[in-house]
Amino acid sequence: MNLAMNSALNSTINSGMAPVATPWFFYVLAGVAVISGVLVITRRNAVHAALALIVTLLAVTGLYLMLYAPFVAGVQIIVYAGGIMVLFLFVIMLVNIDRSSKERRFNRIWAVGLGAACALLALFVFAFTKGKALFPDRGMPLAEGSNTQEIAKMLYGEAGRMGQYTFAFEIASLLLLVAILGAVIMTKKKI
Amino acid sequence: MVPITTLHYLVVAAALFVLGVIGVLIRRNVVIVLMSIELILNAVNLNLVAFSRMWGNLHGQLFAIFIVVDAAAEAAVGLGILIAFFRNKETVNVDEIDLLKW
Repeated sequence: MNLAMNSALNSTINSGMAPVATPWFFYVLAGVAVISGVLVITRRNAVHAALALIVTLLAVTGLYLMLYAPFVAGVQIIVYAGGIMVLFLFVIMLVNIDRSSKERRFNRIWAVGLGAACALLALFVFAFTKGKALFPDRGMPLAEGSNTQEIAKMLYGEAGRMGQYTFAFEIASLLLLVAILGAVIMTKKKI
Repeated sequence: MVPITTLHYLVVAAALFVLGVIGVLIRRNVVIVLMSIELILNAVNLNLVAFSRMWGNLHGQLFAIFIVVDAAAEAAVGLGILIAFFRNKETVNVDEIDLLKW
């Protein structure tokens, strides 16, 4: 039934009907993402910064849904908001926050860093105003069928053949294994 | 009302990217520096998914998923290093982590 709903959604997009999400959604989600992003880098308390980062991640998830990427949105919520942020909160609890909440928040050379970031922002503005013609206004129609199904075909392959990304997928699993072992070994008291 | 184009998403992603760079450069707390790196990776992911929509294929979304995997590995290793360091020096400030500096 989910599949039928998904393909109905895709055919709605392909037939050129206006999508359900209005531009207001985009501006609200973008505003929430940027404002809580500012909170992440300015809060004194690391727990508050982590909570603001979760809000940013959820707003970006909304943007993924507006881009018709439901699988990436699900992965974002499960892995980022559910996994990585819990890891962050655990580590914040392990290192003492009392001491760092009384100290200076910023480096002594914070002005240099801010200047470098402003230069980067100017570069982005320049690139986007000059290269506006490179980005067409309307997205191309997405392929028929469920988004998750198409991603699975590319990851795992279909009809016994390897997919385009099967090898990369296996390498990614090896990377995760190495990362888990490294994290466990580094946090052991005695190796 | 102007329809939302790819450029809108790129502007939001650029803003998040610059915020992450500022966090990496000016904060002293290593945990928040790692969070800023997550912010940067999210900006890149948003760009990739927006381009995937623009070109009408799924390669950008696949790349975004692999970047999420990398982010998980990076967070696990980074926080492991942080805990090992905190056990030795009782600090989480980047400007006091200077054992390799001569």
